[in-house]
Order: sequence, then structure tokens, then C-alpha cells
Amino acid sequence: MTKRDLIEEINDRFPHLSRFDAEVIVNTVFDSLITALQREERIEIRGFGSFVVKHRRARDGRNPKTGEVVSVSSKRVPFFKVGKELRLRVNQSADIESGG
Amino acid sequence: MTKADIINRIYERVGFSKKEATDVVEATFEIIKSQLEKGDKVKISGFGNFVIHGKQPRKGRNPQTGEEITIAGRRVLTFKPSQTLKKNMNTVAREDPDPDASAQS
Repeated sequence: MTKRDLIEEINDRFPHLSRFDAEVIVNTVFDSLITALQREERIEIRGFGSFVVKHRRARDGRNPKTGEVVSVSSKRVPFFKVGKELRLRVNQSADIESGG
Repeated sequence: MTKADIINRIYERVGFSKKEATDVVEATFEIIKSQLEKGDKVKISGFGNFVIHGKQPRKGRNPQTGEEITIAGRRVLTFKPSQTLKKNMNTVAREDPDPDASAQS
């Protein structure tokens, strides 16, 4: 499934929305997530999962082709941790209803 | 940021009622979840891919008793951020692009 399929599915489920509205909504959802990550804000979507920003220190790396040493600058990377409900649904090995 | 913040943003930007914005946001995540549940991946351009991986069963050991046990195979979800997202997250510090940084050939 791609973002386009997702927009189509939203469009099907909410027939009173225009295709354009569906597109704006789906884009707004992901724009919100991206903006939060840029601000290094933690995101928590209940039942889905959470996103946090991790820091990677600057290091010396190597060009694998030439063996040349290159410096890799410090960077921020997004990290996703799957939520309990989704983890169980994906795995389907545990009974979701038994959660307390 | 939580789902409520996303809902607010849609409410402000699209001018829906809170109820309507809530329903659509809930549906968006629900569609993604049911897709992943089926074992299919979800690719969001500019954001990243959610992919399901199968793990083989393996032998483990109870560290307390030393007893050998089999850890069952399972399906796990991983998120692979897109190049665009990785780039976006590391260019925020630079407010406006330097006009004389590099000439465009």
C-alpha cells in the first residue's frame, strides 16, 4: 500500500469528502509527524506506536570502495517503536482481548 | 505530539468539525494497521516504509534456570525512514539556504 492507496481508501470510507480533501488530510497527518520529528518532539500514537529522535555522534567512516577515510558528521535519526496493539495484531500470536 | 494534536491541525487547516477530523485520523491509522496486519507493507513517500519481517524460531535459554527453550517464530514490524525524511531532519538547523554556497553549474 502506498500513500495514494491510503488516500483512495479514505475517499471510499468518507464518500462526502472530495478526493482533494482526502489528499489534504492524509498529507496533513504525515506533515504533522515530520514537523514534530524536525523539532525533536516525541510522537505517541496510541495503538500504533511512537517515534523518537536519536542522535548519532560524528565519526570517521570509510569509503568502502576506495578505503579513503571520510568524516561523517553528527546526525539525527528517527526511530519507531511499535505499539502494543499493533505489535500483537501483526504477530497474531497473542489474544488482544486479554489485555488489562 | 499525540493523535489529538494531529486532529487539531486538520481541524484548523481543513475546517472540519472536531468529530469529523477525529474520525478521519482514526481511520487513517486503522487502515495502515489492518494493512500491516495482513503482512503487507505500507509505503509513504517523503516519510518512510513500514515493513513486516518474519523471524525464524530460535533456541534460547532461561537465564535464571539455564533451561533451554525454543523462542517461537514471529512477525515484527520495522520502520525504514525515507531519504527525504532523514535529510529533512538534519537540515532544520540551517534556517535559510546560503545564496552563495554552491553555484548550480
